[in-house]
Amino acid sequence: MNNKLFEKYFVFSPYFWLVLFFFIPLAIIFKISISVSEWGMPPYQDIFLFDNGLNINTTFENYVYIFSDYYYIRSFVNSLILALISTFFCLLIGFPLAFYIATSNIRLRNILLVLVVIPFWSSFLLRVYAWKIILQNNGILNLILLNLGITSEPLQLLYNQYAVIMGIVYTYLPLMILPLYGYLNKFDLNLIDASKDLGLNRFKTFFKVILPLSVPGIVAGSLLVFIPVVGEFIIPEMLGGSDRLYYGKILWEEFFVNRNWPGASALAFTGIIILVLPIVIFQILYSRWSQRNEI
Amino acid sequence: MKSSIIKITVIFLGLFFLYFPILVLIFYSFNENKRVMVWKGFSIRWYAELFKNEQIIEAFIISMKIAALSATLATILGVMIGYSLVRIRKIPFKSFYIFLSSTPLVLPELILGLSMLLFFISLNNIIGFPSSRGQLTIFISHVTFCIAFVAIIIQARLTDFNKNIEEAAMDLGYNYTKVLYKITLPIILPSIIAGWLLAFTISLDDLVVASFTTGPGANTLPIVVFSKVRLGLSPEVNALSAILMFALIIIGLFYFYFNKKFKH
Repeated sequence: MNNKLFEKYFVFSPYFWLVLFFFIPLAIIFKISISVSEWGMPPYQDIFLFDNGLNINTTFENYVYIFSDYYYIRSFVNSLILALISTFFCLLIGFPLAFYIATSNIRLRNILLVLVVIPFWSSFLLRVYAWKIILQNNGILNLILLNLGITSEPLQLLYNQYAVIMGIVYTYLPLMILPLYGYLNKFDLNLIDASKDLGLNRFKTFFKVILPLSVPGIVAGSLLVFIPVVGEFIIPEMLGGSDRLYYGKILWEEFFVNRNWPGASALAFTGIIILVLPIVIFQILYSRWSQRNEI
Repeated sequence: MKSSIIKITVIFLGLFFLYFPILVLIFYSFNENKRVMVWKGFSIRWYAELFKNEQIIEAFIISMKIAALSATLATILGVMIGYSLVRIRKIPFKSFYIFLSSTPLVLPELILGLSMLLFFISLNNIIGFPSSRGQLTIFISHVTFCIAFVAIIIQARLTDFNKNIEEAAMDLGYNYTKVLYKITLPIILPSIIAGWLLAFTISLDDLVVASFTTGPGANTLPIVVFSKVRLGLSPEVNALSAILMFALIIIGLFYFYFNKKFKH
């Protein structure tokens, strides 16, 4: 095989696969989201009709339907708030962890990094399930609270938005720590000593030296948590209650329960549009971050 | 001294937070009682029940098969992407290529799953294939979103290693193909294995995309587990959890070993 042919083969095999099975499906979501819905199978009309020549049969009704209903808008807002809060807590817990791991000696550092990431390898679904056991009315957390006398009756810890946040922070934490560690690991620890020698106190050292240098890691980690959490379905379904509806649940029900495919597609495409900016920023950071062997 | 106490405390609390739920799950898997939350005594009863549960065993076999096959194809395609992005200069519409190969890393699974399902249905309407959804459609979907994870590992590894070795081999008269098979691939082999293990685990663990693209006779393990624990608790799932977590953690350790984490 000559060089040219070989290169083509390498570039285009995955190219072909991803266009066919990733890009076209995304395009189909858009296509169905602007189709007219009807009763039947499939439950939408084709956007190209061939009677008396080509007629284009599209509608923005599905989008109007979503944006005129407070129910859908609220679920988007709820999901975005949920993603923001969860990302914040992941950062709050993840940053000190990543920082102290990165500043440990080299042997300990690798062991700690493996210890932090290993839970991420065990099943996602089962880790969420574990919280269901912990937060039960007669679960461990309530047992501890009762024995410490903090509460006299078991608290309803499960099936509310706080349980959902707990579950998300727990399962997504390693995704925050990895890129943070990747950046913190690379910077020169002498900078911290230098800034102390120059008379900056701990507080100033953190805000003037450590934090600015870790911004790319913070952004990458935050997006790695924020973007998928906006569409998270399993965790609210397992740990959440009826106090809050989230985007993922609405999309799931629109498709599987209401069988409104154009509506579900319009919801999905709106989700893509909302996430475009974070995804583009992620991509820019990704091309830099992927040069570092930290995943 | 004071700062090292803070450091140890932070790391200890962090690890406690990460491992406590896993330990709780393992602890309860040995509870004899059918009512999961009420402790009756130590027993391996639910492990025995688990191996008698045909639905779970069958789902396990299906999941393993899909995971092994999709990880293999995703690894082949992911290696090609990683190699292309680092070593090949002329990629048409390169930013589109990067978009395709990295977006599945973050795009919500729900959107990915829905798009795949609608794609398969549309394809069936046009060319009559796939006539029904099942293991094949899950396999295709899993390959699609696992590629990105393999690609990122290979890309990092190829960026790390010195291009001079490849160039030297070229100077010695090796052609492109020979350099790849005799030099490049053997050097990055540990990362290829690491990528395969990651793709395997992701496929094995996927619930959302599989739920969309599944069909008759293709209930994967997460689908069965989810149906059992969606509304309550299940002692059999507790036992399964303990086994699965143990197995997956071992796979994770192999991943780190192959990805040469310890060398850094």
